[in-house]
Amino acid sequence: MRALARAITLVERRDPAVRELQQALRDRVRPAYVVGFTGAPGTGKSTIVDGLISLLRKQERSVAVIATDPNSPFTGGAILGDRIRMQRHALDPKVFIRSMGARGHLGGLSLAAREAIRLLGAFGFDPVILETVGVGQSELEVAAVADTTVVVLTPNLGDGVQMIKAGILEIADIFVVNKSDLEGHKRVALELRGMLNLSPKAAWRPPIIATAAVRQEGIEELWAAIEAHRKHLETTGRASAQAEKRLKDETAEVVAEVARERARDALGEDSKLSQRLLQDGTPYEVADEILRNHIMNSE
Amino acid sequence: MKIRAKDPKQVWKEEFESSQTRRKDGLETSTISGVPVKPLYTSDDLPSRAEELPGQYPYTRGIHPTGYRGRLWTMRQFSGFATAEETNRRYKYLLGNGQTGLSVAFDMPTLMGQDSDAPTSRGEIGHCGVAIDSLADMETLFDGIPLGEITTSMTINSPAAILLCMYLAVAEKQGVPFVKLGGTLQNDILKEFIAQKEFIFPPEPSMRLVVDSIEYCAKAVPKWNTISISGYHIREAGSTAAQELAFTLADGMAYVDACIERGMRIDDFASRLSFFFDAHIDFFEEIAKFRAARRIWARWMREKYGAQDERSWKLRFHTQTAGVSLTAQQPELNIARTALEAMSAVLGGTQSLHTNAMDEVFALPTDRAARLALRTQQLIAFETGVGSTIDPLGGSYFVEALTDEMERQAEAYFKRIEDLGGVIPAIEASFFQKEIADAAFRYQSELEQKRRLIVGVNEFTVDEEEPIEILRIDPKLEREQVERVRAVRAKRDQARCSNSLSKLRTAASGRDNLMPYILDAVRAYATEGEIMNALIEVFGVYTERAVI
Amino acid sequence: MMATKGAVKPIRIVMGKVGLDGHDRGVKVVARALRDAGYEVIYTGLRQTPEMIVDAALQEDAQVIGLSLHSGAHMTLFPAVVEELKRRKATDIVVFGGGIIPEDDIEALKKQGVEELFTPGTPLQDIVAWLKKRFPEGGST
Repeated sequence: MRALARAITLVERRDPAVRELQQALRDRVRPAYVVGFTGAPGTGKSTIVDGLISLLRKQERSVAVIATDPNSPFTGGAILGDRIRMQRHALDPKVFIRSMGARGHLGGLSLAAREAIRLLGAFGFDPVILETVGVGQSELEVAAVADTTVVVLTPNLGDGVQMIKAGILEIADIFVVNKSDLEGHKRVALELRGMLNLSPKAAWRPPIIATAAVRQEGIEELWAAIEAHRKHLETTGRASAQAEKRLKDETAEVVAEVARERARDALGEDSKLSQRLLQDGTPYEVADEILRNHIMNSE
Repeated sequence: MKIRAKDPKQVWKEEFESSQTRRKDGLETSTISGVPVKPLYTSDDLPSRAEELPGQYPYTRGIHPTGYRGRLWTMRQFSGFATAEETNRRYKYLLGNGQTGLSVAFDMPTLMGQDSDAPTSRGEIGHCGVAIDSLADMETLFDGIPLGEITTSMTINSPAAILLCMYLAVAEKQGVPFVKLGGTLQNDILKEFIAQKEFIFPPEPSMRLVVDSIEYCAKAVPKWNTISISGYHIREAGSTAAQELAFTLADGMAYVDACIERGMRIDDFASRLSFFFDAHIDFFEEIAKFRAARRIWARWMREKYGAQDERSWKLRFHTQTAGVSLTAQQPELNIARTALEAMSAVLGGTQSLHTNAMDEVFALPTDRAARLALRTQQLIAFETGVGSTIDPLGGSYFVEALTDEMERQAEAYFKRIEDLGGVIPAIEASFFQKEIADAAFRYQSELEQKRRLIVGVNEFTVDEEEPIEILRIDPKLEREQVERVRAVRAKRDQARCSNSLSKLRTAASGRDNLMPYILDAVRAYATEGEIMNALIEVFGVYTERAVI
Repeated sequence: MMATKGAVKPIRIVMGKVGLDGHDRGVKVVARALRDAGYEVIYTGLRQTPEMIVDAALQEDAQVIGLSLHSGAHMTLFPAVVEELKRRKATDIVVFGGGIIPEDDIEALKKQGVEELFTPGTPLQDIVAWLKKRFPEGGST
């Protein structure tokens, strides 16, 4: 377990040693199915995930959770507290929980998360649950990594349907309205259904699942919906199309990350270059030059 | 041209503002809770309202027309440590030294509803209070203390109903009828979710147990204060004075709502609700908090809940000086801090008071430190003369203005809590926890920046501290307590015990009041942990979301 | 070739309360201060057994475990965490603690492998300074 934990640290640090590790694990790589969870703070995501872990453990499956939380952008520090709600699985060797800060690198968590997911898959964890608090761009990042994205809402947090952030409807494969014992629960589901009916007809209509996660209610229905979505992706061929697109996107992102670094280095080291940039104020011209001299021709 | 005399207040203002002698040390002048205070209050700050008097609605100046001229506050020192036998000895010592009521401190395993032989009780037994596992321990705890003649306060929450039943069972054995029993059960589960975090069941079944005990006692143990709605722990967790006030009273109203929902009439139980506040170090703010608490509660009880009985309007409270204000550095200073805090509680009109011992920052108090703490109260009561005049600060421009400010801030919080759907939804949304964590961090930052000073901690420090004597719990006691609970289990009538537990389980799945079932299990010497586990099987356990 | 030079290597600290008490004001204030100083704090919450907290530290690949306890059980539970680290062959993880701990106990706990202990009233900067000294290479740069 410590080897896996260490490897994820290297991934998070974008350490080159990861490359070797990935080579070594190449034969073991088995893509894990990735379920993403997002929603406002206090909606009960961690409790739902906790319930899901219990269900999957009953089916004898090994489960990993990556719980992400945006970092404090100024210091790079973070407080990651999502393990708390999953305590009953502490000491279960078939449950691996890892907290991940966004560390403020451009591209956010998605690059690190993708590699961590590969590692977890190689170590036999399937599915991997990716959980993030829905602030900033983080839910879009989760959706870009997850095979099935679950958006969690509750009736009582002022995140009524009219408050739903732009873009959420598009990323959700499944909606969960948690805390189904609270007043206003039916209204939220109803309004949500109304909004979904307004959106253009798609091959997959996101189901709305009611849960009371603290009482473990609705968790089985949720897992059934996730399985149904997975089947939908497979039978319609969207799974392979999506996998292909994502691999390409990821590769492009990695290239972008390297290029960005090289450009920063060039601007830092080449004083003539940065002087010209400041004098002329022509970023595009300087960028062309960097691409020519520092990126395309390097090595 | 007529020369008009300048307004004397204007003269003062100009003189103050142009003065060169004002301190420029950068220290905060706001209260410890961050409420800005002016350098001077005048008649302009006095609210225009009908004159308030003690014993009259809304009781800002006290609930009794006689104040401490009638009866002094009860000096109730919270204590308990090690085993029931040891604590029994301490109780007899305190009663012999002029203490007028008992207050039981339980150890952590007891507070968390587990037996001394549970694996997670290791290292905790008898450290924070006395270990009680079954009725047998409770019999020892009150051995030779006639329960009909004293009042007892028990600080316990999640398993409160069980410990109350143990007390009732001891009374039965002593031949004291329940109607003669007086005392207080803390039994305030909401503040556990908000601040102290000694919760076990989820909020809903937790509230059911609270209402069960209130309902049961209203009929069977009518002189018992079934709940002590506590701000103390909210404050100790780092809240401001206004938050302590607002969250505590909001909790109080949530209990009232729950009882009414159960079908009880407000005047049948409201007079048995009592409160428990912290007396922190910011002198006037605390006094204002106590005065505001009475006024707000009276108004809500009368106007919102329509209580008819005057006793339902009166907020009675116990006070404890602020444990969080004590310092490990130069601990003798804690005697001075505690004395000042106790004074604010008395000037605020408390019904009973616990003064902390100077060594409580290290461990439970030694006999000597515990006696000094009690003597501090006696000194206030009998040497200073503050009890001779009722609400002596009433009419003070400053104290009246600050009382109004506390009230205003509390009402603003009630509004926010209501907008979140009430206390329990607000707990689940981590509202209180976040507010408290923010306040605690703000205060700590002010200390770090030396905008506030704590004598002996971030200023006026000494290099070498003289060690002070501390109470040590003999590790042998832990083993003995484990053996004791095992002996109880071995000796009792097993059939009767397991029968009572299975009846309790069935009742818990239904809607019956659980008190009679718990009492039967206690009588059958079911242990606290066994009773809790029976309830956990039905109710489940609660974990909170991290809010930092 | 893929390493990005600007990447940060924050020290990861698992913090939690061992024992039964629920006094979390101190641990939360310290967690915030450590976050603000650039550390990644994984907060595991209340009532952690030594086994749970060590397991979390291993999964999270933390370099440090910070323990808080106010119930008086520190002489039992703090050393139990050190023992569990030995059992899991992870003695490289540094343990520090805080809470109501008498002077004599501090010495005894240090002998048993708890590296540092902080009592109420300790300035937060002191805790940060200790960590900076203990891990000069860590934190955001």
